[in-house]
Amino acid sequence: MESFLVFLAVLGVTSTEQLFVGDQVLRVTARNEEQIALLRVLGEQEELQVDFWRHPNIPGHPVDLRVPFPNLQGVKKLLDFRNFSYSIMIEDVQIYDWMDVLVEDHPKLVSKIQIGQSYENRPLYVLKFSTGGSNRPAVWLDTGIHSREWITQATGVWTANKIAQEYGQDPSVTAILDSMDIFLEIVTNPDGFAFTHSSNRLWRKTRSINAGSRCVGVDPNRNWDAGFGGAGSSSNPCSETYHGPHAHSEKEVRAIVDFIRAHGKVKSVISIHSYSQMLLFPYGYRRAPAPDHQEMNELAKKAVSDLAAVFGTKYTYGSIANTIYMAGGTTIDWAYDNGVKYSFTLELRDSGRYGFLLPSSQIVPTATETWPALLDIMVHVLEHPY
Amino acid sequence: MELPPSHFPAARAAAVAVGYLRYLRGGPGRGLQLREVRSARRQDIDDVGHKYYLELELEDVLDKGSTVNCTAEVLYHLGSKTSAPDVQVTVQGELRSTEQADKEFYNRIRSLEKELEAENIPGFILVPDSHGNVPPELEPIHLLAWAASGYVIWQNSTENTKFHLAQVKHVKQVKRSDEDLQFDYVLLLHEMVSQEVLPCGVSVLWHPERGARVCHGPGSA
Repeated sequence: MESFLVFLAVLGVTSTEQLFVGDQVLRVTARNEEQIALLRVLGEQEELQVDFWRHPNIPGHPVDLRVPFPNLQGVKKLLDFRNFSYSIMIEDVQIYDWMDVLVEDHPKLVSKIQIGQSYENRPLYVLKFSTGGSNRPAVWLDTGIHSREWITQATGVWTANKIAQEYGQDPSVTAILDSMDIFLEIVTNPDGFAFTHSSNRLWRKTRSINAGSRCVGVDPNRNWDAGFGGAGSSSNPCSETYHGPHAHSEKEVRAIVDFIRAHGKVKSVISIHSYSQMLLFPYGYRRAPAPDHQEMNELAKKAVSDLAAVFGTKYTYGSIANTIYMAGGTTIDWAYDNGVKYSFTLELRDSGRYGFLLPSSQIVPTATETWPALLDIMVHVLEHPY
Repeated sequence: MELPPSHFPAARAAAVAVGYLRYLRGGPGRGLQLREVRSARRQDIDDVGHKYYLELELEDVLDKGSTVNCTAEVLYHLGSKTSAPDVQVTVQGELRSTEQADKEFYNRIRSLEKELEAENIPGFILVPDSHGNVPPELEPIHLLAWAASGYVIWQNSTENTKFHLAQVKHVKQVKRSDEDLQFDYVLLLHEMVSQEVLPCGVSVLWHPERGARVCHGPGSA
């Protein structure tokens, strides 16, 4: 029954995919009243099925227009012909629409909060799973901080569905949510994500403009204030591991920093990446073991074993600095140094055959096997309050 | 000295050994990948370099039920940025035969009226596409690219790099008057330590009995 429900939920996502694959939200600026009128007329054309997320009103103010995929080319031609200036604000509206549906379907458990805006002013949404209480201890999960790691955003969606389904069904999930909250940010780098759809599938960084350089973007996993600027990060804006002009320079990073600081009771941060099949814990910025190395190592060992039990997928585990490379300015090092003891990074499938371009047929198996590992960590957090 | 198998120095050396083996033994019908580093040892040889001794567990992606064990030695030359590591690999036991699949692929390509070029196949210029899909008729081409990438990876690796094939950006068959098939690839390689994606052009000859040979070294695309 459980797997059937999961299958239905995934199908729900898939069928939403059929409706929304390739749909885009265009941000249009109307220069004058005539253009405003034209946009209104565009909105009235039934067969185009466009809808306004931000209505045409005053010239110079941005108008956000969702256009279904089949009509995209036609609408863009029209806008070009009429000399509108526009940009693509959101590619593939599916994840945003699905979030709203999840909240609608589980109103007592799930809510959507906005923690800030990206460099290009896209909303930074976080799903909050909570059964009540006030300022309960919490687990923070993020996916998609590196935009090309598409398996992670997909795993985030599957995991959100899974948490919502399992509350009241699975004893561990129920116990966790009866005492703690879970925060899940799925599209942690929406500008990068949009860019991987529109221009470069292998884009990693944010899309912030670097003063004095033609190269764009900062590595959001080198931008945190823990060993910032150290080994394993670059001061060159053209580099994939460019740490940025200063720690927390990126709005996407700053929003999470501010959120976690303000919350005050986040007990675990799990930041999800791909690929390499690893479960990692601090430190990346130094080789010396973290004070809690022993405990983290034992927990990682268990989680990796439970992951392997599902389909035989082999993960390695250990500190970032030993297992993968030295890296200054990472998310989990910052979290750990700021009081969040149980900070882990996951590198999901695969081990290199497909790398970032993991076949979509592997989404469900990857999320399925990762789930017990996530649960192990969350249960440990629940059972070891601090 | 003994090295923890899960730590990166062993993992990087293993990647070089597997790349080398994939080039030697891989092809359109076989793709070898690493499952686990069983053990690793490093020897620092004065005035020569660092030599890694590895015990590896591999699998053929087309034969996932079974695993293959091998031992490997990888010698990174001291201070050398232009010299490829010396690699030796010994496979224990037999690899599953690809004779049938190789013959079929060879005959299929030889019988094409027009030389294969990924652009001829609508929508599939990049292999895999954004969603990781490889059309079945291009799967052997992808595996051959993966084998060829093993050569490039072996030739360009140092103790501070770990390369993987990210994507085949372009492939074009080149007509030949001899028995070999020739494919000119533009590969995108992902380097894990710097996180950079590097394009690389490579020409590959292949024949069912002679295997894959990279005929010019890598250059940029």
